[in-house]
Amino acid sequence: MNLSAIDPALLLASLMVAATPILIAAIGELVAERAGVLNLGVEGMMITGAIVGFAVTVETGSPAIGFLAAAAGGALLSFLFALLTQFALANQVASGLALTLFGLGLSALMGQNYVGIKPPRTESLNIPLLSDLPFFGTVVFSHDLMVYFGIALVAATWTVLKYSRIGLVLRAVGENHDAAHALGYKVVRIRIAAIMFGGACAGLGGAYISLVRVPQWTEGMTAGAGWIALALVVFASWKPWRVLLGAWIFGGVSVLQLNLQAAGLAIPAEYLSMSPYLITILVLVIMSADRSRAPASLGRIFHASG
Amino acid sequence: MLKLEKRPQPSRTLAYLTPVFAVVITMIAGGLLFAALGKNPVEAIRTIFWDPLFGEFAFYYRPQLLVKGGPLILIAIGLSLGFRAGIWNIGAEGQYIMGAIFGAAMGLAFYPTEAWYIFPLMIIAGAFGGWLWAMVPALLKVKFGTNEILVSLMLVYVAEQLLASMSLGLLKNPEGHGFPGSRNLKDYPAAFNDELITGTGMHGGVLTAFLAVIFAYILLNRHMLGFSIRLTGEAPRAARFAGVKPNRLIVFCLGMSGLLAGLAGMFEVSGPSGQVSIDFNTGYGFTAIIVAFLGRLHPIGILLAGLLMALTYIGGEIAQGNLGLPAAAIQLFQGMLLFFLLAVDLLTNYKIRISKRKVAK
Repeated sequence: MNLSAIDPALLLASLMVAATPILIAAIGELVAERAGVLNLGVEGMMITGAIVGFAVTVETGSPAIGFLAAAAGGALLSFLFALLTQFALANQVASGLALTLFGLGLSALMGQNYVGIKPPRTESLNIPLLSDLPFFGTVVFSHDLMVYFGIALVAATWTVLKYSRIGLVLRAVGENHDAAHALGYKVVRIRIAAIMFGGACAGLGGAYISLVRVPQWTEGMTAGAGWIALALVVFASWKPWRVLLGAWIFGGVSVLQLNLQAAGLAIPAEYLSMSPYLITILVLVIMSADRSRAPASLGRIFHASG
Repeated sequence: MLKLEKRPQPSRTLAYLTPVFAVVITMIAGGLLFAALGKNPVEAIRTIFWDPLFGEFAFYYRPQLLVKGGPLILIAIGLSLGFRAGIWNIGAEGQYIMGAIFGAAMGLAFYPTEAWYIFPLMIIAGAFGGWLWAMVPALLKVKFGTNEILVSLMLVYVAEQLLASMSLGLLKNPEGHGFPGSRNLKDYPAAFNDELITGTGMHGGVLTAFLAVIFAYILLNRHMLGFSIRLTGEAPRAARFAGVKPNRLIVFCLGMSGLLAGLAGMFEVSGPSGQVSIDFNTGYGFTAIIVAFLGRLHPIGILLAGLLMALTYIGGEIAQGNLGLPAAAIQLFQGMLLFFLLAVDLLTNYKIRISKRKVAK
């Protein structure tokens, strides 16, 4: 084993990259859950975003258009979930599972002709002075735009939820949909918007995996990232900044275990590959002591009677 | 303007009819999908739903119906108990894998002894493996209030890694010339789960699935525990006043579904599959979720739904060979089925009325 082969600067830099997809997807899910909707379809929306983003990027040659298409694809898929849960008043857990199963099938079908292709490179930033800094240049200032977009998204979500009127209404809908309805807020419309925002974010996160993190297309390549994003929301107690912290921890674990595999640690690779999932469980156990933070109407069906 | 009006009680007739509606709508939507893929939709639907039963080679495919349906029914029966009480075990795939690993390991430990007690021991080991894997989310939920959906699902990925590790390491066939995968249990009579009646596809797992259907039916309709499960699902508050202990239900429902999924895995690895290998699991644990819902969480319904879903697997394989229909199209088709089912379920609980928009005075 050769631990000295692991360069801390590169490790931290790849941590930022590994954290980005689950960060973006988790922020989207956080908004949906704050509006009182539990969407278990994140995995399905991510994998759909991954193939849509990949296919569009390969066809157009532009990662930017690819990411936009992935967001649109994720939002479109989540609209199916919105139809089911908001109009057909279906159980949210079952509908979310349906969305994941559907998304996995859909992506496999769409991706048949894209196996083994290399997508056009998503360019990294190269800021003249900052990127050349000894340590911070590698860690902080030489990523692609999506890494910064993810962090900006956290800040924006936090600001909107905390300080804006829209955020207040959204939280009201999530805490008590009957009261919000009585006050004249459009519960269903707000929830649909929140669900679709979540879908778009999941799509972006998925596309980041297939375009930057891996970068290629294989069936089922998100490998549970969507579920980890869901766990991240619980971990963060529905608070945006803690999602960022959580994403970095998970990103760190997955990068570290890959590095340890490469360094030839005596533990077999399969056991190291388990670690992100086991740590997710561990974190869930620690965090679930504090249940008070969950939006009060989370997962409940709203039907305006009369 | 369409308006929804809640029914005082769910319509029973529609509860039976909606799965049929969902299947019909899925066939139509699936036909459109196949047409979009450039296949003749009528031919594709016929290949999937008709040919395995009544086509030229039906004698070969009919037994497959039981082979594929058995594990689906067995897992779905277990899941339905929890789903009824609002306990969501969606990690059946992991419990299925663990059942297979434990069962096969027990059998291989005796290799090459020939004795009558080996197979029963494997059954116990398989059931224990699945049960053990389901006890993790159950106990974490009871002790710490951890979300069982996420924990059971995370354990699927852990089980998959463990499966890979087993087929590359501990359980690898020592005479396998370095290829991954365990010894084939088909070549080891004491551990082989053979067909009970030759040529029917009826192996021990299928028999167990049928027994599970009967067991679940009696449990839900004639037993206090089954009543508690139904009561918790339909009226949680009333259940608490009636003295139902939620923690005991959680442990029972998750444990039972894990046990049955473990059995399914054990019968699969010792029968149709034959060996522990990296690609042993094929998603039965997830498809069983669709089966459970399509069967309305009712044992008899699940029996029928499991056979129908098995049909789409077999028909899908035929369509893959004959028409070049991609495997993913069938996966999508199965996903669509659940979607449409949830959507038409609206009719069971609500009436749709056409009403004019009134202006408040």
